[in-house]
Amino acid sequence: MLKRFILRALAFLLISSFVVLNAKETIKIGAIVAATGPASFLGDPELKTLQHYVAKINAQGGVNGQQIELIHYDTGANPKKAVTFTKRLINQDEVVAIIGPSTTGETMAIIKFVEKVGIPLMSMAGSVAIIDPVKKYVFKIAATDRMACKKVMQDMNKRNLTNLALISGSGGFGKSMRKQCKEVAPSFGVKIVADETYGKKDSDMTSQLLKIKNNKDVQVVLNPGFGQGPAIVTKNYVQLKIKHPLYQSHGVASKKFIEIAGSAAEGVRVVAPPVVVADKLDDSVAIKKVALAYKNEYEKAFNSQVSSFGGHAYDALHVIVDAIKRANSTEPSKIRDAIEKTQGFEGVDGIVNLSATDHLGLDTETGMIMLEIKNGDWTIVK
Amino acid sequence: MLKRYNINNQILLLTGILIIIPFFFQNDFYYEIAILSILNALIVIGLNLLMGYAGQVSLGHGAFAGLGAYISVVLTSNYGLNPLLSIFISVVIMGLLAFIISKPILKLKGHYLAMATLGIGIIINIILEVEEEFTGGVDGMSVDSFVVFGYELSDSIDWYILCAVLLVFAIWAFENLIKSPFGRLLRSIHDSEKAADSVGIDVSYYKSIVFVISVVIATIAGSLYAFFSGFISPQEASFTHSIELVVMVVLGGLGRVYGALFGAVILTVLPQLLTSFEDYETMVFGMIIIAVMIFMPKGIVSLFDKVVKKKEQSNASS
Repeated sequence: MLKRFILRALAFLLISSFVVLNAKETIKIGAIVAATGPASFLGDPELKTLQHYVAKINAQGGVNGQQIELIHYDTGANPKKAVTFTKRLINQDEVVAIIGPSTTGETMAIIKFVEKVGIPLMSMAGSVAIIDPVKKYVFKIAATDRMACKKVMQDMNKRNLTNLALISGSGGFGKSMRKQCKEVAPSFGVKIVADETYGKKDSDMTSQLLKIKNNKDVQVVLNPGFGQGPAIVTKNYVQLKIKHPLYQSHGVASKKFIEIAGSAAEGVRVVAPPVVVADKLDDSVAIKKVALAYKNEYEKAFNSQVSSFGGHAYDALHVIVDAIKRANSTEPSKIRDAIEKTQGFEGVDGIVNLSATDHLGLDTETGMIMLEIKNGDWTIVK
Repeated sequence: MLKRYNINNQILLLTGILIIIPFFFQNDFYYEIAILSILNALIVIGLNLLMGYAGQVSLGHGAFAGLGAYISVVLTSNYGLNPLLSIFISVVIMGLLAFIISKPILKLKGHYLAMATLGIGIIINIILEVEEEFTGGVDGMSVDSFVVFGYELSDSIDWYILCAVLLVFAIWAFENLIKSPFGRLLRSIHDSEKAADSVGIDVSYYKSIVFVISVVIATIAGSLYAFFSGFISPQEASFTHSIELVVMVVLGGLGRVYGALFGAVILTVLPQLLTSFEDYETMVFGMIIIAVMIFMPKGIVSLFDKVVKKKEQSNASS
């Protein structure tokens, strides 16, 4: 009895080791996303996109003949969890590169660890602080809030508006963008004449907007923030009959915003990544093909509206895959070098040209566009 | 089982286990989890003293640990103080703070006490999020490395040794405290405040002493975690963290020192084990907690009691 058991066990071991030895090793890519929790509107489309496209790449034969294995963990937007999962990806799973995290706080928390062991990190978060100053192994894919500010102010310059009132959400997104806008304002000759904020759970912004309305210097209003806040601001804005042009940030660049704000959203200008309106882009826009293909594929696969955030995941994954192909190696340091040499990569977010001094590589022109809401839909402002 | 050996044997056993387990660690990630477990256990030991012995529920201990950690970190990173000195100052400040707030809030009972600590916790969390100049706001701040007497603790093994030593010391101190007149006094308060009061025990004084002790331990453990991970965010002081700590106490076993250890280890390790369930992770986690509470209402350490009882019974019958 025992003898037979041992024999069987040996045979099993032999066969399984044979199988393992013959199978080509997979390329392990880690992902840290906030798929649940307060930032799930970022993490959920990111994770879906990653899983969808990893499966697609594998079905087409993988990278350099090897299959990709995506190892992903959900942080719930908690930096402490992000740190633990980063260590797990590095030490336990031994990944060659990491995509994520979804938020700035989490990214800043883990930079130290990826730098120490030398694993390339492709963050999908927004703040410019991630790549400025440049860190050797840290890259970033999403357009920064600084670029959004610049785009808004360029548009204001075109309309001869200089006196800006800010009304910002107090979450990380609103805070960071408010800071960036204040910093770039002088270079566009923009003067910030009012600076209001509202809390995460506020359900009425009338008092802040009244102050802005009664301020005679104000010519134009910008609302950095995401979630419910901007929709409420937009509604209150119409209720108070404020006549100044209103700008919204890329935090609300999804159809959901138009649905919630309803008719109040008419005429509001929104700075947004191009993928949101991929089907409306000029054919001359270089990234139209990629963005439209992504939009159609995502909407077909998941039966939900595309958001700009999933696009970051698409770009992050493909920049890394492209780098692995060019490096013809799965050595993390070689992948890093290849990522840094990425030139003319056509992503959903724009054309990516990375260099030793620029670990974002998007320019304001292709990375962000200005939209206006007309008849409940986006139109591109030329 | 554990009760039948004297304190020293238990401590020796614990020390032995702490020395042996690193040999099973395959990489740094195991150290990370072990250190996290021990630091959580430290906070929970203090909280257990408050909840299990003095009978006071605190829903703000995550916030106390977070605030204590922030004070240490800000003193070190922004003002260039030595980390040890920073932690010491932080302990003094937090101890004083705990003493001051304990006077009015420990007069409250039951749900009201829980609500008061909850409120303080949330206020602390908001302060940490809003005072960007010092705390870096919601996105948190990075922490300078932990340098003691010219030696920088950077390897996981260094941290593991430091934390293990602290754990052994904390458990030893806890056990002795409980067996001392002070401990008996606490238990008498827990069993009946009125009775304790009637025999001349200054109930509110002893309650606030225990509160201060637990906050000080939380401050130390919280600060060490911040230095170990090299990063801190207001999430540390969040309401969910406070709840997590209370769950650790209850899950492990209220009023049992090793219960605190089990509770902390299990709640730290379990989420890591459950990641393979992906979308169902939280559900499975919740079901395990519910099952433990239904079948082991006195916490996980009560399992050992049952084993001991059965053995005794079989010994007696044979």
